[in-house]
Amino acid sequence: MSFYFAIVGTKDNPLYEAEFGTSKQGGDGVARFREEQRPMNQFIVHSSLDIIEEVQWASSTMYMKCVDRFNNLFVSCFLTAGNIKFLLLHDTKADDAIRQFFTDAYELYAKTLMNPFYEVDMRIVSLVFDARIRNAARKYL
Amino acid sequence: MSRQETPFVPFSPNPSLQQGTPTSTAPLKHSLTASSTSNLRYSSSRKSIYDRHLNRSQRSELSKASFAFLFGEMVQYAQKRVSGIQDLEKKLVLNFTVVLIATGVTQFDIPQGWDIVLNLHGYTIGQRLLELLLWRDGRSAKRETRILGILQFITTTLYRSVFNKPADGLEKSRDNEDEYMLIDNDPMVSSYISVPKEMSQLNCAAFVAGIIEAVLDGCLFPSRVTAHSVPTDQYPGKTVFLIKFDESVLEREAVL
Repeated sequence: MSFYFAIVGTKDNPLYEAEFGTSKQGGDGVARFREEQRPMNQFIVHSSLDIIEEVQWASSTMYMKCVDRFNNLFVSCFLTAGNIKFLLLHDTKADDAIRQFFTDAYELYAKTLMNPFYEVDMRIVSLVFDARIRNAARKYL
Repeated sequence: MSRQETPFVPFSPNPSLQQGTPTSTAPLKHSLTASSTSNLRYSSSRKSIYDRHLNRSQRSELSKASFAFLFGEMVQYAQKRVSGIQDLEKKLVLNFTVVLIATGVTQFDIPQGWDIVLNLHGYTIGQRLLELLLWRDGRSAKRETRILGILQFITTTLYRSVFNKPADGLEKSRDNEDEYMLIDNDPMVSSYISVPKEMSQLNCAAFVAGIIEAVLDGCLFPSRVTAHSVPTDQYPGKTVFLIKFDESVLEREAVL
């Protein structure tokens, strides 16, 4: 099981991306995407943005569960109040774990935003942010 | 991890927003350990912003005197910045193209120029407040998708968290379908500010208008919010925030 996580800004610009594997069932937390699969991941996630734009007005929940699928890959989405999209590409269904992961990611994003030198839609380069996201992934995914 | 990380270069439509961040950086170190020699700089307490709890200041209140002082300085700063209109215009266009388009500003005289700077100060705060308040709602948090919902959120939740009281009124314009009015009888921000007669148009609650506008924009209700003084005998500081929604909002609302 491997995961690809991306944060997409209000103008569909990428802010942050990461890959990780599962840490459950003795996994080592390393993503095992084939080399030719990795650009495809970005492509699949990007194409799900259109679907999100359609569904986002139908409900007012932030966690929209699985919005799109491609072959055996699912895309789950969490939409923040400020229209920042958290997208997770995964190959097994685990709604609750993903929700918890997204909740942690949202907290980290909110903290990033509290930084007066950070503006909405700026890419997130903080190493601490990266480490915390990976921690959350290790905990829940 | 053997694979080669490629630097992650985003494409911001507004490159000036990315100022200060290099367009290509060294790949992130994935195995970040406490002992690794990183180029991180820590504050004196060795704590980053990620170590602080977001609820810590939820119930605490700020001294009104210090806020009034700070806000007075902000107004003066805005005033100084506007002395060279050309300069300001350039700076605003560089840094805040998006905001300027959103506010529909093309030209301004001096008092209005102040408004814009204050409005921009408020805008950055509003963007942050929106996410913070929603995060604090936890699992019950929901995105607002309707006009009335988001206006309710502003008049109650947002106003209460910032000013500790709900707004005094919310009205729909009788003449224009796309205009709403949010009423504050005594805006806290301008309670210690007296505006000279020759600048009677200036209302320092433009700062609050900026906050409101940021929240509306953030929730995808693009709009223009302006602050207007409507003094009455009972409330000399009464302010009306005029909210004018973009056409697209009304179109969407009709479909929903």
